[in-house]
Amino acid sequence: MTKEERLKKRHRAEKRFRFYGLTSIFVALLFVVILVQNIFSKGSSAFKKTVITTEVFFDQELLEIQNGASQEEIMEADFYDIMIENLIKAYPAKDRDEEDELLKLFSGDAEIEIKKAFLNDNNLIGKTITLDLTASDDIDQLHKGNYPRDLPEERRRISDFQLVIYDYFVENKKISKNFNNYFFNNGDSRDPELAGIGGALVGSFYSILICLLLAFPVAVLASIYLEEFAPKNKITDFIEININNLAAVPSIVYGLLALQILLATIQLPRSTPLVAGITLALMTLPRIIIPCRASLKAVPPSIREGALAVGASKFQSVFHHVVPLALPGTLSGTIIGLAQALGETAPLILIGMVAFVVDIPSSPVDPSSSLPVQVYLWSESAERGFVEKTSATIMMLLSFLIVMNFIAVYLRQKFEKRWN
Amino acid sequence: MNFVLLFLITIFSLSLFFYGRSKTKSISIEKNIRLNALPKFYGYYLVLWCSIPALVFLLVWSLFEPVIIKSIIIETAANQGAIFGDKNEANLIYEKIKAIHLGTYFGDMDSILRESALAYAKFINLFTNSKVVLIFGIIIASVIYSLKKIKNNNKARDDVEVILKGLLFVSSLIAILTTLGIIFSLLFESIKFFSVINIFDYLFGTNWSPQRAFVRDASSITAAEFEELKDAFGFIPLIAGTSFIAFIAMLVAVPIGLFSGIYMAEYASIKVRRISKPIIEILAGIPTVVYGFFAALTVGPFFRQVGENLGLTVSSESALAAGLIMGIMIIPYVSSLSDDVINSVPQSLRDGSYAVGATKSETIKQVVIPAALPGIIGSVLLAVSRAIGETMIVVMAAGLAANLTINPLESTTTITTQIVMILVGDQEFDSPKTQSAFALGLTLFIATLILNYIAQRAVKKYREKYD
Repeated sequence: MTKEERLKKRHRAEKRFRFYGLTSIFVALLFVVILVQNIFSKGSSAFKKTVITTEVFFDQELLEIQNGASQEEIMEADFYDIMIENLIKAYPAKDRDEEDELLKLFSGDAEIEIKKAFLNDNNLIGKTITLDLTASDDIDQLHKGNYPRDLPEERRRISDFQLVIYDYFVENKKISKNFNNYFFNNGDSRDPELAGIGGALVGSFYSILICLLLAFPVAVLASIYLEEFAPKNKITDFIEININNLAAVPSIVYGLLALQILLATIQLPRSTPLVAGITLALMTLPRIIIPCRASLKAVPPSIREGALAVGASKFQSVFHHVVPLALPGTLSGTIIGLAQALGETAPLILIGMVAFVVDIPSSPVDPSSSLPVQVYLWSESAERGFVEKTSATIMMLLSFLIVMNFIAVYLRQKFEKRWN
Repeated sequence: MNFVLLFLITIFSLSLFFYGRSKTKSISIEKNIRLNALPKFYGYYLVLWCSIPALVFLLVWSLFEPVIIKSIIIETAANQGAIFGDKNEANLIYEKIKAIHLGTYFGDMDSILRESALAYAKFINLFTNSKVVLIFGIIIASVIYSLKKIKNNNKARDDVEVILKGLLFVSSLIAILTTLGIIFSLLFESIKFFSVINIFDYLFGTNWSPQRAFVRDASSITAAEFEELKDAFGFIPLIAGTSFIAFIAMLVAVPIGLFSGIYMAEYASIKVRRISKPIIEILAGIPTVVYGFFAALTVGPFFRQVGENLGLTVSSESALAAGLIMGIMIIPYVSSLSDDVINSVPQSLRDGSYAVGATKSETIKQVVIPAALPGIIGSVLLAVSRAIGETMIVVMAAGLAANLTINPLESTTTITTQIVMILVGDQEFDSPKTQSAFALGLTLFIATLILNYIAQRAVKKYREKYD
């Protein structure tokens, strides 16, 4: 091999090496795109729900209440007959079997939706109004195009006759898509069309709030001690080793800790945001202490010395001068720690947050779910409608995380002083 | 009750602050002496003395009150003739007694329950009253003490700072308390587990089927049941499955992560670096449940489809899908750390290599990487410890049955999956099945601890070399 050939070979190797590096970065970036695209394409349809426009006639004979009935009377009244009578008129069905199939196209909450319309206006008896009633999950998925209608009938959840009704609805423009208010307001449900993340949102909010209230002050105080006051001795070293190790302990171990100490020993109520918040706080604490210490360390000694020189005590120099300067870094570290806690699932499963909770929690000691646990729960469900709900929940979760991370970056870039 | 007490403590503390501040001011004017600190520090001093002892007492009391009352009530119920076979029945009766007290119990009532509920009400009353009395006693004692101090013109600022410094120290101790809590809670149940199952049967058994351990109480095990249990808790399939999935993950993460790290540290312009680094780090910020969902619903079925087309049988919960997605999650851990490590290799080493005519890639391969090797190995070990502790991806995408296999297309299970599967839903405490989850947790904790320790030592040693 001549010198030139060898050089060429070496340069080719150089190019190859560079190419590998570029490809790796590209693969990693590609995956981010694929993941986000996949979730968005599956989830964005969940923000709309399919409704069937139906005429509802409030027949006095079928209702035992009068015009102008009070709220309690309406709440107690039975709207079942009214619902059946009106829904079967939506399509000219021939017999009972056909009527049953027709009724299955509406959600299980049709009666409640009709009742709500009457609650809004209690003078409807003898009148006819048009209502947008939520469609059942099968029709919803069919209308959004997530459900293949060319399968043979026995493998479909929708019968041929129901498809005929659906086509009739489409032809007469009786079926449309509205904003899915249930997705944001409702708690969990066995029916995908009625299931919402309202409970999970509130549960996550309480958990993160408790986590913040517990972890932030302790983390700041601990890092101030370690960075500014701690003498260099065995105890301090031991604390530091502990913090570094705790930051790397798998999150599921914190779930076991919570199960044994918080639930079995102290007997706090299971499945509640209170326990979740304490568990997440223990887990987040070391992850906040590390960036807090880094931002305290970044404050130059001249600040401390200046304060001490004009007669401040050690405490005054730290709390009046060092801590305010380190605050942006501290806050952004805390927000990033909280963002991690918001997405944490495994420890919450162990403390029983996988319970099926329909009600929206009204306090941190009510049983509840949380956003990531809701993702886990719904992804285990067989119904097709839960796939889009799960993806939409992930979209909500990811957007919270993005907002939190942007706030953290903004705080750091806007307020952090650079010293050199 | 606790909220009322907290509110009262706050009110007292606030009023003591203003009292202390004005009192010391007036003392200094009256007696014409110079105070040893600014008046507000006397206020702070009183606040700390009024609130901290009372709050600590309240916290400790609230932690222990339910436990003590429970054991007393179960004792009294037993004395009155209630019979419970095991701890679960005792818990059930205690819950009933509590419900009767709160007026939310609608089941059958017998004399034992009624008597116990009355006793419960009595004890709750007694405990609440003594709590209030003791708290006020503590507050009065500490306030009297501190008032005496400030009347003697103590050095309030120094005293306040000593107390605050103690507070800071206590906050930093919480890390140690957490570690102790983890170790005790894991050890406590694990010891019970290993008193039933021989530790060697656990460590070297090749069969994991905890659902066989349907016996409720470990203390009443018969010889036949024991034989049945003996080989139900074999750890080998779990550690094999865990390492196998982690291995697949590292096959994905190490090359991609390392090459991205090298490219970013050595080749990328500042602009490329500034954009691509945060985007890659997004991968570490995505919650693992999202990866799990993606692996279970998209990647798993996709692999099965591809396998079918190629004539292979691929499980939809294959180790390959879980490992691949886990690997992608770990990429940023490898890339960021190796990027940092490579960046801290001194420029003089590179310059020396260029000076003798090496190309950039030759310099990287033969000078920079060998120099950075301990750090890179450390970062890979940290990534491995992430992989074996990762839970949600494997819970959602890997299998439940413990197969001993090295075929990546079959399903395997992991330590973390089994912990979740055992503990999800209703558990019976004191069953070897539940305890086995804690034994697994202990094993996992020790394994990650060792990995992290070695990794941190490696990175630290490496850093010191070039500092």
